[in-house]
Amino acid sequence: MRVDVRKTYKLFIGGQFPRSESGRSYELLDAKGNFLANPALASRKDLRDAVVAARGVAEKWASASAFNRSQILYRVAEVMEGRREQFVSEVMAQEGVTKAQATKQVDAAIDLWVWYAGWCDKVPTIFGSTNPVSGSFYNFTTPEPVGVVAVFIDDNSSLLDIVHGVAPVLAGGNVVIAIANEEYPLCAITLSEVIATSDVPGGVVNVLTGRTEELAPWVASHMDIDGVDGSGVEPAAYETLKRDGADNLKRIYSFKAEGSPQRIISFMENKTVWHPIGI
Amino acid sequence: MKFEYAPAPESTAIVDIQSEYNLFIDGKFVPSKGGKRFETINPANEKVLSRVTQATSADVDRAVKAATEAHRKTWSKLTGAQRGKYLFRIARILQERAREFAVLESMDNGKPIRETRDTDIPLAAAHFFYHAGWADKLDYAGLGKNPKPHGVVGQIIPWNFPMLMLAWKVAPALATGNTVVLKPAETTPLTALLFAEVCQQADLPKGVVNILTGDGSTGAAIVNHPGINKIAFTGSTEVGKIIAKSVASSKKALTLELGGKGANIIFEDAPIDETVEGIINGIFFNQGHVCCAGSRLLVQENIKDELLEKLKRRMSLIRVGDPLDKNTDLGAINSQAQLMKIRELAESGDAEGAQRWSPQCELPEKGFWFPPTFFTGVSQAHRIAREEIFGPVLSVITFRTPSEAIEKANNTPYGLSAGIWTDKGSRILWSAQQLKAGVIWANTFNKFDPASPFGGYKESGWGREGGRHGLSAYLKGDFS
Amino acid sequence: MLLTDSSESSIKSFLKNLSPVDQVGADARAAMLATRSIKTSSKLWAIDTAISMIDLTTLEGADTPGKVTALCTKAVRPDPSDNSVPHVGAVCVYNDMVKVAREHLDNNGGKEIPVAAVSTAFPSGRASLDVKKQDTEDAIASGATEIDMVIDRGAFLSGNLEKVFTEIVCIKEICGDRAHLKVILETGELVTYDNVRRASFLAMAAGADFIKTSTGKVSPAATAPVVLVMLEAVRDYYAMTGKKIGVKPAGGIRTTKDAIKQLVLVNETAGPDWLDPKLFRIGASALLNDLLMQRMKMKSGQYSGRNYVTLD
Repeated sequence: MRVDVRKTYKLFIGGQFPRSESGRSYELLDAKGNFLANPALASRKDLRDAVVAARGVAEKWASASAFNRSQILYRVAEVMEGRREQFVSEVMAQEGVTKAQATKQVDAAIDLWVWYAGWCDKVPTIFGSTNPVSGSFYNFTTPEPVGVVAVFIDDNSSLLDIVHGVAPVLAGGNVVIAIANEEYPLCAITLSEVIATSDVPGGVVNVLTGRTEELAPWVASHMDIDGVDGSGVEPAAYETLKRDGADNLKRIYSFKAEGSPQRIISFMENKTVWHPIGI
Repeated sequence: MKFEYAPAPESTAIVDIQSEYNLFIDGKFVPSKGGKRFETINPANEKVLSRVTQATSADVDRAVKAATEAHRKTWSKLTGAQRGKYLFRIARILQERAREFAVLESMDNGKPIRETRDTDIPLAAAHFFYHAGWADKLDYAGLGKNPKPHGVVGQIIPWNFPMLMLAWKVAPALATGNTVVLKPAETTPLTALLFAEVCQQADLPKGVVNILTGDGSTGAAIVNHPGINKIAFTGSTEVGKIIAKSVASSKKALTLELGGKGANIIFEDAPIDETVEGIINGIFFNQGHVCCAGSRLLVQENIKDELLEKLKRRMSLIRVGDPLDKNTDLGAINSQAQLMKIRELAESGDAEGAQRWSPQCELPEKGFWFPPTFFTGVSQAHRIAREEIFGPVLSVITFRTPSEAIEKANNTPYGLSAGIWTDKGSRILWSAQQLKAGVIWANTFNKFDPASPFGGYKESGWGREGGRHGLSAYLKGDFS
Repeated sequence: MLLTDSSESSIKSFLKNLSPVDQVGADARAAMLATRSIKTSSKLWAIDTAISMIDLTTLEGADTPGKVTALCTKAVRPDPSDNSVPHVGAVCVYNDMVKVAREHLDNNGGKEIPVAAVSTAFPSGRASLDVKKQDTEDAIASGATEIDMVIDRGAFLSGNLEKVFTEIVCIKEICGDRAHLKVILETGELVTYDNVRRASFLAMAAGADFIKTSTGKVSPAATAPVVLVMLEAVRDYYAMTGKKIGVKPAGGIRTTKDAIKQLVLVNETAGPDWLDPKLFRIGASALLNDLLMQRMKMKSGQYSGRNYVTLD
């Protein structure tokens, strides 16, 4: 009998796979209550490191051409497709669903990723505008990424919710710190491996596993985070998140589990530029 | 020879200020429940203009009930086209009574009649006109089919552009089908009260617009009232954060237009005379009481001396004095408190080693006045380079390269506005792309239009006002 | 000084280094200054100042000695019923009318009023340099002490700046200390404010005593923003060289309101030093009567009518 090689689940920060600086991990059980894994239990310092990594690459990602971002995101979907079986088995293990159900979710997740990849170079066209102002001025409005966005992944599903959270934020040109759902961290870790082996620059996506209630206050109060998707935060904690997040007026939203360009533009700022028209 | 401009005061005969004002609730002026009165003065001469009412929580409650009823029974029953017609009516009345509004605004606020006459009031009317046309076209606002209003909107506006900010708030709210409880600023309530008369004149259904005068406690009562579905606030970042925290535990939607410390970046190839005009307009328009003021002048070091010479010469021409004089360029500071704040910050500039310059100008004895001023020798670390002064005080900072200019411009928690002056098109677009600010004026400054979205990045606020983008602040999208 | 020499490359690099002008910004500044409200005592002062700055002009093919002498009479005493009205700044006529004008002025109390002659194949400037020189020489010989020359706009627009420059230098040489040189840019043909600014500096560097907007034969002529740009140019030239160059808007200034706007532009751009007929003139004809009617209104409180001012 072959002794299988088990996987060590780590964080994903700045393109690297470190363990938590705290040395902590937690025990993850599968849907039937059996031991599944020991994911890292990220600390506030891991969050801090992730913000530094994300900020460091934010301008580069934001200023990549929309077409280029679109291709890079599409490439992620290609690599996801290659890991289909792995995602399916992780969904089955975590959610306890049938293979058919898991496959359906994984397919939907990859397709949703492709859908968002295609949005990158459409957003400014659809959501920008030229504005007919009085006087001899050209005036246009264009959406731009807010910068560093923390995404608390919801728990409706173990893979699809990750795509709901991460893909639109990336499509808008933001960099992401994804806080995996405590119960469903495996697909998030696998996705970070997908991202690490695709063309996404290190630091553009960072994945922390751990406890939402531990990290949420640190996310809320961090002055170098610009936006938060709080979909994966419980209602009471979400109120606290909004309250504490007001210290630097973070853009904080939570969303229904469905694909929508609103999820992209919620983390974009509209910039309006005026210029005289003259000879 | 000397060309003296004889006094050219605009007549105040056109305005009829009552000695006391009640609150405007449910279509009528009604006395407060328990509220005291407080004075509103003309900051140019400290004379009392009128006594207005400090609205209490009970008054807020009445106003919210009226707005709720109005929303349920009348306003939400109207078609967009019908709502639009009321807005068109209001726009026309504002145009017809423009001079009256301009004079009253100038008296209550201290800003020059030239600005109220040529900017504030025409733009306020334009805002109603623009949004009137949206009322029956909301399906095209980019929020999906048949977007829904929030219901009752609480709106709190500042004293720097009292009537214009009212228009920025009320026009989109009504066009999108919301009803309104609005609080004008404590020091500038009069044009809002005159607007209440306009609502009556337009036969706007009762309760659709309610206007409550009062101080911050009235504002807090509006923010915290459970019957209000959305808050729109324009004011300081400090208060904006308090409001954001207050509504965090509610379902209230919130948009904020807050402070700024706009960088006005001057490159060596700028059209120099128009640039000087832009700098003047950027910081001395409305006494510098402008959230998007170009209060940090970032000038390329190799043209600093030439530019400052021209700026000094131009500043010497600024006519400071009676706001009602048609030739006045710089009026009164809006309040004693604001004057103190400006003085305190300017003194910090002296204390921190920056060099102050103001032209010779005689300031009136009575009233609140501050001369046009700039500081040189300012570094990013100085308070006058970081804090919003909200007065006619410019901080001059130099840079050597475009990248350094952008770095310095973005080195602030604010992100409302920025200016770029250069003759080179590609550099304009590059700079505009790099700047973290919601409104970028290239080779111009402080331009506003109802069709143009306005609002800030970072700590300068949430959301936009104006244009298609501004509508989303008053409509519910398909996410929460 | 400003130019290392008068070569094409030197002139070009000098003009290239001038700050550009943003049209919309310049228009906005001029429009803002047009809102200045000039009333009562300042209006009265402005009217008299404007009268004293008028280059009272007739430049018609149909000009006759009769027409010109009538104009000169009016130049000396604009309002026969009111001696307190100042005389105008100058009389401006074609070359062949200079002698008639000079003699009439001299014989009718207008010795101190200069006669300006339009010169250098006015208004088009399409003639050889020799002809232009002779034209100027004739005018001065006939008694003109002010020469209003036109620049070669074709040369300017085709980039032959040296030609424009050299012509001005030549005419200036002829003028010497006998006549003041006003250089007409014909801004309506230069079109852009950048061109107006460049041409202003070119003319000043070449020796102009005045820069003048227009011939009056091309529209648009002395628009407020064009005058603004030229006033900025003389202000900047003064800062560079210490030399004060005059400005003369001409064409389209017909009403008191227009004239007062011009004075406001001067006051708040070049500065009060330029509020002097030595440094600011207004080329006009119909304007004078409007100023006189406004003046009567200011003095009497009644609106005047066209039959109460003389029609010469």
